Parts: sequence; structure tokens; C-alpha cells
Amino acid sequence: MRPKLQFGQRLIQLGVLIAILVAWWYFTLPGGINRLLLPPPAPVFSDFWVLLTTRSIWPDLLVTVHEWVVAVAIATVAGCTLGYLVSRSAYTVRVFDPLLAGLYSIPAILLFPLFLLFFGLGTGSKIAIGTTIAFFPVVLNTVAGLANVDKAYIRAAQSMGANDLQLFWSVMLPAAFPVVLTGLRLGCIIAFLAILGGETISSLAGLGHRIVSLAENMESSRMFANIIFAVLMAFVINGIVSFAEARGRRGFQ
Amino acid sequence: MNRGDAVIKVEGVSQAFGVEGDPRRVVALESATLDIARGELLSLIGPSGCGKSTLLNIIGGLATPSTGRVTIEGQPVRGPSPQKVAYVFQENTLFPWRTVIDNVKLGMAFQGVAKAERDDRARQSLEAVGLVDFSDHYPAQLSGGMKQRVQLARALGLQTEILLMDEPFAALDEQTRMVLGEDLSVLLARTGKTIIFVTHSLVEAVFLADRVAVLTARPGKIKKIIHIDEPHPRKSAFMTSPKLSALRNELYELLHDEIRKTLIQPTEAGAGA
Repeated sequence: MRPKLQFGQRLIQLGVLIAILVAWWYFTLPGGINRLLLPPPAPVFSDFWVLLTTRSIWPDLLVTVHEWVVAVAIATVAGCTLGYLVSRSAYTVRVFDPLLAGLYSIPAILLFPLFLLFFGLGTGSKIAIGTTIAFFPVVLNTVAGLANVDKAYIRAAQSMGANDLQLFWSVMLPAAFPVVLTGLRLGCIIAFLAILGGETISSLAGLGHRIVSLAENMESSRMFANIIFAVLMAFVINGIVSFAEARGRRGFQ
Repeated sequence: MNRGDAVIKVEGVSQAFGVEGDPRRVVALESATLDIARGELLSLIGPSGCGKSTLLNIIGGLATPSTGRVTIEGQPVRGPSPQKVAYVFQENTLFPWRTVIDNVKLGMAFQGVAKAERDDRARQSLEAVGLVDFSDHYPAQLSGGMKQRVQLARALGLQTEILLMDEPFAALDEQTRMVLGEDLSVLLARTGKTIIFVTHSLVEAVFLADRVAVLTARPGKIKKIIHIDEPHPRKSAFMTSPKLSALRNELYELLHDEIRKTLIQPTEAGAGA
């Protein structure tokens, strides 16, 4: 676990964020960068406030969250199942682990046009890209977790008479759990990024869709307000899954 | 105690790894024959790689011999027999995600002990090793010596007649292992179990065992069996006695050449003694 940050380190982090804000304010002063390209902080934040208070973002937010939840659910079930099957023998690990790792290195976003043809402009294609991207860290970490359980634990359990089911539930699963959790956390985060990316490329609704249409209408400050919203959401998702991961680890010590 | 009937019979057991004719083939153990009496503590000692742990694993049913057979109470060993045999391993095999007492109880769950009995039995065996106050700690919070005592408690909780111990104190410092050895002698004298104890330590072998089986360098054969005629439990007075020193020296004489054979550089011989 990461040691607690010192006050000084927190101060530096805060300082960097403030410096970015100040630079943003400075370069958008009259005579600086064109307001249509980069609006100054003040109107962006007032639009952000409007966005939060009027809840106009609600329908698009629901679409994105729905896509994300479905993608993560499919990737988790499929990734954990396949990972378990691959980890069953040293032979299947040797055959399929490099194969999966190789497929993982393919830039999956390139499949997005194909998914558009297959599943249409709506939520289907976003769920497909989110699932594809989240699947690999989940399956790879499941294999890594289950295949690398310390042999001494397995030997000890067998010497005490553990049957296959007991061995799996009481030894393999808890031993592999932290590694699997890391895969799930990565999957959750990159699925969200991939879905937003997909929505900005081509979509009917969602946060990404909203940002693109605002950009096309040259409503820069509203667009930036929505970007800030999406960024904060990514932070929140990261925070939630990291917290869940830490809790899950602690549960299994 | 030495005159009990033979509980464990090891008959012509050999273990080789690799295919016959392959130059990389390793014969770890060659035609070991040995009877272990009920209630006896037998130490296996020998140079590294002589197959002491292999022999222990074959007796415990965790490995299958290339030739020969092992019987426990007349029944051939064909896999782990958790009702009869409990293990204490050299490496820490406590599950880090479970508390001390839950580790002990999990062993019983694997063995098939009824749920209602587990808690009492776990507490008793932790009491026996003096760690009942640490029941709710996690293994990571314990020292190396404490972890090994918990492993011993887990094995005792299984209430088997036979206990196999594979260098249980190897990872500990000498002072800790001497004190643990004294505790173990007292504890084991009380339980009356049949025990096979693999060790690298000459003193440990003499201090704990009724008989010490000395193995040769690879391929491991049983070179000689030494009787340690001293009542249990053994106290620290025995540790410092001339009798123990004499027996230790006898063991060293027997092992000296064997250890030398396993060393690439003969000048380093004796450094490990």
C-alpha cells in the first residue's frame, strides 16, 4: 500500500493544479488565445455551474453510465471465466497467455468503425468497444493471479485433505484475488475512456456526443464545462474502483 | 518407545527425476528401506539434495516413488492421507488472508472435522504452542518463529497419529530454533505422536530424535541409523551435555565426506558444520 502523502507533497500537487489554472487564465486574457478556441476560466465555470444545477446533462450521463456498466459487466464475466479456464493447466497457460497478451497490444479503437457497422450508431457499438478494451486486463490478470498461486499453499491444502472445490474457494481464489482486482480496476477505467472516445467518434447520445455537438456549434465554454464534468467523472470512477480494490485486498489481507 | 510396532514401512523406495538414459536424469533417492515405530521420533539428516525431503513427501503421499512402496499401518500410500498424516512445512504455508485461528480451523475443514468441534480444537492446539493470545492476528503480524509454531498448531489440530516435519526451523536463527526445539521436545513427548523430522542441523537431530537416519550424498541412500538413548522430554541440560556433543561428533564424522562430495570447492568444506 502507498504510504500516506506528506503535507508538503500535497502542497506541490495543489500548486501544479493552481499553476495550470493561472496559465489558463493568463493566456485567455484579451489579446491572448481566441476565445472560441479556448474560453477563459470564468465563463467555463459558470457554464459548469449551470450544467450541474439544471441537470440538462442527465439524459446523456445516463446513456454513458449505462454503456459503461454493461461493458464492465460483460468484460468481468467473460474475462474471469476465460481466465479461469486458461489457468486450469500449465499447458493452456503456455498456449493462451501469450496469445491474449498479443491481442491486448492491438489498438482496439481501430475496431470501432467495424463495431459501428455491426451494432449501429447507438449504445451497442460503445458497449462493444468498452467490453473489448476492458476484457483484456481482466482476463490477463485472472490468468496471472490463478496460475501463480504459490505452490506451497496448494501442497499444504492438499496434504490436509482439501478437495478440488475447497482448494479453489479457500486457496486459489483468495490468493489470486488481489491480482484479479487490479485487472478489474484497470478494465473499469479504460472501458470508460474507450466509451467516451467512441461517443466522440460517432454516436447518438452520451457525454462524448454532447461534447462533440457543442464543439461543432462553437459553444466553446459549454463544451469545456462538459469536458470538466467528464474528467471529474473519470476521477470519481478511478476513486471508487481504487477504494473498492483496497477494501477487497484488505478483506483478504 | 523404540519397541513399538512399525507404523510406517518404507520398502526399497527410489525416486528419480527425468527419463532413464538422459544425462540430466537425477536419482534423488536410492532404495531406502526403513521401519518407523509407533511413537518414535526419527530424524532424517544428510547433505543438500540427498533426497530427505523427497523421502518425506513420498511417505506423506505428496510424491509417488519411481520404485518401491510405503505402507502406513499396513495400507499402501497412494496420495495424501490427511486422517493419518499431518505436515509441517519448511516454508510458510499459512494463508495470509486468514487469521491465525482461521488458518488452524481451515486445516480441520479440509480434513473433514465437524464445524462445531473446530473452534475448541483450534484453541487447544494454539494453547499447546503458546499462541492462543494471537488467535486473531494475521500471519504477517507474526515473527518467523511464531509462524512455524502456528503451522505446528495447525498440524496438531488435525489430531493425526503421524507428524511429518520438513525442516520446520530452517528459516529461523539458531537461538530461536534451539529454544523452539526444547519446546517441541516437551510438546511432542506429551502427544506421543510418530514423527519424522527432516533437518540440516546436527544438534537439532540429536536433541529431538530417538533415531537419526544419516543419508549419503546424491543419490541418497541410508548410510547409518544412530540411536539416541535419552528419555523425553529433553531439557536444556541435554543440549549442553557431553553425550549430545559425542553423538553430534559421530554424526559429523558420518556426514563429513558426504557433504564434501556435494561441494564444488573442497576448501569450503566444514564451513557449514
